Parts: sequence; C-alpha cells; structure tokens
Amino acid sequence: MDEVRIIEIKKSIFEDNDKDADKLREELRSKGVFLLNLMSAPGSGKTTTLCKTINALKDSMKIAVMEADIDSDVDARKILENTGVQSIQLHTGGMCHLDAEMTRQGLDGLNLEDVDLVILENVGNLVCPAEFDTGASKNCMILSVPEGHDKPLKYPLMFSVCDLVLINKIDVMPYFDFDLKLCEEYIHMRNPNATVIPICAKSGEGIDKFASYLKQNVKAAKA
Amino acid sequence: MHELGVAFHCIKEINKLAEENGVEKINSVTIQLGEVSTVIPEYFEDVWKWAVKKETVLKDAALKIEIINAVTHCNGCGQDYPTVKYGRTCPHCSSPDTYLVTGNEFIIKELEAVDTRA
Repeated sequence: MDEVRIIEIKKSIFEDNDKDADKLREELRSKGVFLLNLMSAPGSGKTTTLCKTINALKDSMKIAVMEADIDSDVDARKILENTGVQSIQLHTGGMCHLDAEMTRQGLDGLNLEDVDLVILENVGNLVCPAEFDTGASKNCMILSVPEGHDKPLKYPLMFSVCDLVLINKIDVMPYFDFDLKLCEEYIHMRNPNATVIPICAKSGEGIDKFASYLKQNVKAAKA
Repeated sequence: MHELGVAFHCIKEINKLAEENGVEKINSVTIQLGEVSTVIPEYFEDVWKWAVKKETVLKDAALKIEIINAVTHCNGCGQDYPTVKYGRTCPHCSSPDTYLVTGNEFIIKELEAVDTRA
C-alpha cells in the first residue's frame, strides 16, 4: 500500500544559493581576492570595457577573468589575446545565469595564487543574473546608451543589486536622445547607494575612473 | 527563458530535500510565488512539465502554484497598498519612498511524498 505524506518545507529556492554565496564571499575575503560580478545586456560592451580596463590595471595588480556564456569561447579568447591575463570560459549549458556553485567551479579552474582581482563576466541578460547571488564582493552592470535611459525603471532588480553602474558608449549620446542626468536619477531611485561612472570603452574615456574604483576595492579587500 | 533556469534550480533543491527526507517518489510540489516575482506562473508550469519528465523522484510530479499578493509599504504615510495596482508611488500620499513588503517570493511550500512499502 502506498502512503502519501505531506512534507512541509517552506524554504525559498534562493536560500541555499544565498548561503553558498555568503560562504564563497567569506573565503575570498580571507584570501584577499576581490571578485567583481559584471552584468549587462548582450552587446553593451562588456568585453571591450574589460580589455581596456585590464590593460590599464595589469601592471599594478594580478588579474584573472571568468567569461560565462551559454556557448562558445570567443570572449575568453578575446580577453587573452587583447590583455594576456589568465582567462577561462564557463559554459552554463543553456542556463541564463551563473549561481554561486558555478562561480566556485570557475574559481577552482583558475590559478588564484597572487591574484588580486577576479572579474566574472556574467551571461548577457538583465533579468536572471540579478536574482542569483554569485558570491562576488561587488556587483557591477554596464548600461549602454543605445539601450535607453529608461532601463533602470524596466529592470528594477538589476539596478537595485548593483553597487556600480557604468554607462557605456557616451560618445553616441546625441544620436539616441539619451538623458544622462535622468538616467542617474532613475538608477538612484532603485539604489540610492549606487556609484555611476559614464564611460566610452572605445575611446577610453572614463576607464581611468573605473580602474581607480577597482584599485580602491582591491586594496580594501586586503585590509 | 528565465523560468527554465529557475525550474532547474528548483528541481535541484527538491531532489536534495527528497534525499534528506528519504523520499523516493513525489506526487506533487506546492510552490508559493510572489505576484511580482520575475517568474510567470504559466511559463513556469510549461517548463516544469517538460523538465520533470527527465527526473526520477520527481517524474511526473504535479505542480501546484499559490500566488502571494504583492503589498508595498509607504514610508511617507505608513500605509500599505496593493503593488500591482499602484506601482511604486503611494496612492495615499503620493510619496515615492516605498518598499515591497511581500510579492517577490519563490518558496517551496510542501512536497506530497509517496512512501512505497513492499
């Protein structure tokens, strides 16, 4: 005879991931490694921004990069070819985001000896990555001008979890009626503590500011 | 396809819970879903049906979804109001200084397990 019983769980599905993420953050802190989770929509210029920033920083610190994508290894190759720093490609196997466990697996695949800064380039997506804590020390997202200044209103969770928002492609601002001031206002409505840095990855404008933000955080991670 | 990722994550959690509780077969799973969580119930049901076919403990397990209403609290006047109808601006005092109290949940409420006895 089969017996049916009800097992009460009452547990958020994000609870375990949040715990894993906190543990990972703690471990990284004890190793003095700063992990930045970089998120954005596809085509916002994540990889180009990274190449420019890494080249500005690589003489003063040791950097490693994890590239997460559904498929292909074009980004990891691009990082290696353009910067020479250690980079690995993580495949999510169709999944739209990385969780703390996948991030840990990625870190295990890197040689973290003497590494000061690890950058995780998350899957290009403004919804799912915001919901899964990766265990990163800080969250950063890139919003590019052609996407429009209203995005903080349309993807509120993404903007509320980010400590830093880079507004990229500011060179084309006049062609897209992009209101930078209004955009910053929308971002601060979602997260009053977010830092906003306008950049142009192509020309390098603003990259120095992003680089010094990372330098400060790397220093703080070792304190 | 955000729901698919969430479904895989959810199935992983339930498999772990089933093992902890010594469960070999699950008839149904009850999920509590916030009204303004990023998961759309209809899509979630579709991917669930597809995803559990490949499972063992969860094979053919039915999905029951309970919706948790979204409620926002206003720091301006201290009142609560329904989020879906009024959004982020308080309908009582027009203050934008508000926060979501409930509505963002994704909770595994209970599992209906079948204990097969020989």
